[in-house]
Amino acid sequence: MIDPHLYHVPRLGRHPSRFRLAGTPIITVLLGSCLTALPIIAQSPVMPPFGLLLLLAWRLLRADLWRAWIGLPLGLFDDVMSGQPIGSAMFLWTVALIGIDTIEHRMVWRSYRQDWLIATLAIIFCISGGLFFTRITGGGNVTLFLVAPQMVWTILLFPFVVRQCARIDRWRVMA
Amino acid sequence: MARPASRRPGINRKAQYSLFASYVVAVTGAAIGLLLVVVAIFDPTGFAAIRVATSEISRPVSNALKGMVSGVGSVDEVLAAYWRAGSQNIALRRQVEADRNRIIEAKGVAQENVRLKKLLKLVDSDASEVLTARLIASSATSARRFARLNAGRWQGVRPGMPVRAPEGLIGRIHITTPNSAEVLLLTDTSNIVPVRRANDSIPAISTGLGDGSVEVRALTAGRNPFKPGDLLVTSGIGGVYQPNIPVAVVVRAQGEIAYAVPLANPARVDAVVVERAFEDAVTRPGPARAGVADETAASNVAQP
Repeated sequence: MIDPHLYHVPRLGRHPSRFRLAGTPIITVLLGSCLTALPIIAQSPVMPPFGLLLLLAWRLLRADLWRAWIGLPLGLFDDVMSGQPIGSAMFLWTVALIGIDTIEHRMVWRSYRQDWLIATLAIIFCISGGLFFTRITGGGNVTLFLVAPQMVWTILLFPFVVRQCARIDRWRVMA
Repeated sequence: MARPASRRPGINRKAQYSLFASYVVAVTGAAIGLLLVVVAIFDPTGFAAIRVATSEISRPVSNALKGMVSGVGSVDEVLAAYWRAGSQNIALRRQVEADRNRIIEAKGVAQENVRLKKLLKLVDSDASEVLTARLIASSATSARRFARLNAGRWQGVRPGMPVRAPEGLIGRIHITTPNSAEVLLLTDTSNIVPVRRANDSIPAISTGLGDGSVEVRALTAGRNPFKPGDLLVTSGIGGVYQPNIPVAVVVRAQGEIAYAVPLANPARVDAVVVERAFEDAVTRPGPARAGVADETAASNVAQP
């Protein structure tokens, strides 16, 4: 319901271009990281990390889309945009993706709720890890209490983001 | 739902190697990321050059958006005023705020006069203003408090320069790129500002808390001298900030720490002023001293 252009009638015998297939997920994640360019002068960490949310959504929606190393370039871009020390999201996102891979091997049953649980763990890991890196790179004495609200509504926002990713995904694979 | 198709490639050798190689790349890259963070511990602004390209691209976007939405930030304030006592209320409050700042500055000036009269050698600080620009974006997702300024190195902005608004201190320049700069806001947890109480010059240190307020620790021995309502201005110690810029007002005192709220809200101010670092503004060689400065520079070069 978000965008009428996404309602696309597939035609027999036509395939979407490779750029659309491979590029769409990457571009959405980059745009999510770019949301910090909005003219909001925040007084505390209030905005959910949309780049991370979109990355997790795509990864859990389409397990075969990316290998774990995709966290490196996307994380580097997020670091550049977000003001975190460079290398922070590179490390945290890649480790989170490797973690999701190992969890997938162990799990027998998977559904929407398990996906949300996995994403919750990944979000807590990445935000608190980012806080730790902030603290050791001269950020002073920042406490976990400061990012707790951001963590909560990032987790609550995840189902919505997955739904939108699924919508975009349907447009992506249909010619 | 059963679990999705396994990523294990079966007995296909090529696929096995490809998967293994992808993990090797991922782990190596993660280690490099960790290394970059470790480098940032010792040199926090070391990789600023990487940010140049993206900041140059995102600056026009942020600037255009800022033009569209300026005013949205104060919508809540207008609504609140209407809800309480009609539109007149907000105008009056603004007036009071403006007057209060004038009073603080006047108090500071009066006290500075007293101090200067005691000194034999008067130091005149003037024309320290570099430029006026707008804050166009900020690090909204990070625990650090940076804002992006719509002016950079090509406009004469240098790291370390103090940034202020008419209402009070905003922060100081952290990183510069050709056309934009990152401002370390007053409320960042690593931003330490030497301040003093406006009416009796008790020295203190203000440190950001990251949530829009600052904590203030008095430098005097004994019990916490601050009480709610105290006004803090910069003391000029340390050579970065001009003296007597309004900083914050104390709202709560607890133990040895007092909590204060900055007077200038970066989200509300229209434009900010970038100034020269206090030390540079004071010790800048005038025409009479230029020769002396050159000689000193020459001897400094020759000595090592």
